[in-house]
Amino acid sequence: MTNFETVEVKTDLLILGGGMAACGATVEAAHWAKKNNLKVTVVDKAAMDRSGAVAMGLSAINQYVGLKDGANTINNYVDYVRNDLMGITREDLVANIARHVDSSVHLFEKWGLPIWKDKDGSYVHEGRWQLMINGESYKVIVAEAAKNAVGADNIYERVFITGPLMDGDRCVGAVGFSTREDKFYVFKARAVVCAMGGAVGVFRPRSVGEGAGRAWYPPFNSGASAAFTLEAGAEMTCQEVRFIPVRFKDAYGPVGAWFLLFKSRATNALGEAYMQTRRDELEKWGPYGKVKPVPANLRNWLMMLDVMDGKGPIYMQTAEAIKKIAESESDPKAAKKKLKELESEAWEDFLDMTISQAILWAATNIQPEESPSEIAAAEPYFIGSHSGASGAWVSGPKDLAADEYFWGYENMTTVKGLFAAGDASGASSHKFSSGSHAEGRIAGKAAISYIVHENPPADANFGDIEARKAEVLKPLVTYTENVGKTTQADVNPAYILPKMYMMRLQKLMDEYAGGVTAQFTTSKQNLERALELLAFLKEDADKLAAPSLHELMRCWENKHRTYQAESHVRSILFREETRWPGYYFRSDTPEMKNDWECFVNCKYDAKSGEWEMKKVPIKHLF
Amino acid sequence: MPSFVNPEKCDGCKALDKTACQHICPNDLMVLDKDKMKAYNQDPSQCWECYNCVKICPTQAVDVRGYADFVPMGASVVPMRSTDNIMWTVKFRSGAIKRFKFPIRTTPEGKAEPTGGFAADSELDSTALFTEPASLGLPDVWTK
Repeated sequence: MTNFETVEVKTDLLILGGGMAACGATVEAAHWAKKNNLKVTVVDKAAMDRSGAVAMGLSAINQYVGLKDGANTINNYVDYVRNDLMGITREDLVANIARHVDSSVHLFEKWGLPIWKDKDGSYVHEGRWQLMINGESYKVIVAEAAKNAVGADNIYERVFITGPLMDGDRCVGAVGFSTREDKFYVFKARAVVCAMGGAVGVFRPRSVGEGAGRAWYPPFNSGASAAFTLEAGAEMTCQEVRFIPVRFKDAYGPVGAWFLLFKSRATNALGEAYMQTRRDELEKWGPYGKVKPVPANLRNWLMMLDVMDGKGPIYMQTAEAIKKIAESESDPKAAKKKLKELESEAWEDFLDMTISQAILWAATNIQPEESPSEIAAAEPYFIGSHSGASGAWVSGPKDLAADEYFWGYENMTTVKGLFAAGDASGASSHKFSSGSHAEGRIAGKAAISYIVHENPPADANFGDIEARKAEVLKPLVTYTENVGKTTQADVNPAYILPKMYMMRLQKLMDEYAGGVTAQFTTSKQNLERALELLAFLKEDADKLAAPSLHELMRCWENKHRTYQAESHVRSILFREETRWPGYYFRSDTPEMKNDWECFVNCKYDAKSGEWEMKKVPIKHLF
Repeated sequence: MPSFVNPEKCDGCKALDKTACQHICPNDLMVLDKDKMKAYNQDPSQCWECYNCVKICPTQAVDVRGYADFVPMGASVVPMRSTDNIMWTVKFRSGAIKRFKFPIRTTPEGKAEPTGGFAADSELDSTALFTEPASLGLPDVWTK
């Protein structure tokens, strides 16, 4: 690979990622960097205008606390999140995001995001915490402010980060490669913000043909954050807390507007509403079965019980809901006008954020005002910003965090100089797009504060860069050296192509770690078998082969997914109970246990390959 | 398939250094066939159908056909995105057509000012982010 140029970039703060959290970190850090004469550099694997989970757009902002109107308190939000996660939440982190999130939303509006307003000029709420938006260009607008703040010269697009640069216990940068040119990148930095999203494609998707890419969360969120923080040696938390969204079946269109705004019911094929008929089941899940709203995983669970009893398909009763709203209007003319409005709102909900669902409805001639529409549980995802909780274990803020949760700088991981936000930080669920942006801002400011106060040296022992380069580019060499040994490039005993590697990972996770075909059920023995198969897979990762830069990216994406997979399996195995039955069910430990009301944290030692698992107590803020 | 390209409309972005669809695809799927000077989707099974290639194409050469493994044939959803709104044409398998138009932004393109016009005078050692407390609409950042 001597023909690959090595490009070295020296900076003070390196921001990895380009989504909502990275844009928040960028716009915030750029301000403080300018004041302190520091340089900020951003690296995105795609184009910032349309990268990350909001690339397509969104139809709602899911976290707005409304503090200025006195609508809610911070305590209200913390209660909501803790209950939804069955008690497993860092209250200091959730409160920290909640106290800043309105600020990000108000900025979005100033930057140009259309937020729905009522006759009095107040925001239109979808639910207690959710605002309706015209969000087709949500990401474009948020990226624009970040780009304007940091300047185009400081942004590297289409550069894929493979892993961290470490100097002992300090993170001093990252390495990666261009997906467009033959260039190997070395970013040397005094602090790093990791905000490269969650993980999709760790489990086998329901659609395995052309529709494999129609994941609910984007297929390009491939576990880069988890891999980066794990490889750096950062302590991780809640790696067992995956998320399984119940959405319109197959195209995964959003259901929030239907449940919250249109007050629609979900029923089984017999017309029974499982939230009513299965109500007694909630008694089994301690205090969390009694709260309103019912936690997302328990709502899933009641539906899954109906499915396992053969009472599917499950339907969202859209026609009934629309009819009810229209009937509440005073006269037939007003009702007709209302119906037209609702129809447009329902379609915009899809067109803003899941266009595939609009195609599927059109292809099956569904008019929501006339017929119900099928919903189902999707495959598992790792998305600490939504209703999952996986991510790095980070410091809380000085004024809110318990002593055990505080080590100097907000959102710094247990690795010096390495910060995490959005899907990259754990145990702070329900931050969604707006809270991820706010958390990115918190991390961006804290990282600059760390540089100013700790004055970490720009010079460090960056290790053997040539060896890193060879490691990063190895799949290209493996391909070139072996492709001529068979008559077809896709079958070769000397290597494995990234797509087949991904399918092997997905198959074993699906079958042994509680995926769709296992009806989200697993056990100690199944998880131990998953670890045996993962060990073979990890060995074979050395034989990944790439015929192009695009495929080189695919190789590394799947190496990253493997980190997420292993930390997940080990965490589920360690937690000897079932706490989130609608996310996964341990058939050998089917009940929730009081002595497991704690965090499960894990740490990986990249040198020895050893994992360390531990219980960490929950400290309450209120 | 996800996104596909009409060869009669695609001009390969006139041999600029990269095509618009290639520039924007968040999953690095769109590529230019330099012999034919036409773009194509190199891995339809990894397409999210985010429509960013469709929206950005200067010649409206890119369209989407629903995933063949679960979507019946015959429908289409086509956007027309301008600087401040987007118009959608939804064609049903039955032939029925619906059209919707939604706003997409309230400011001129490129003009998002980082402070949003809020005072940015907080201190590095305070809990206030750079536009706070002004952008919160409160006198102070909440603390316990």
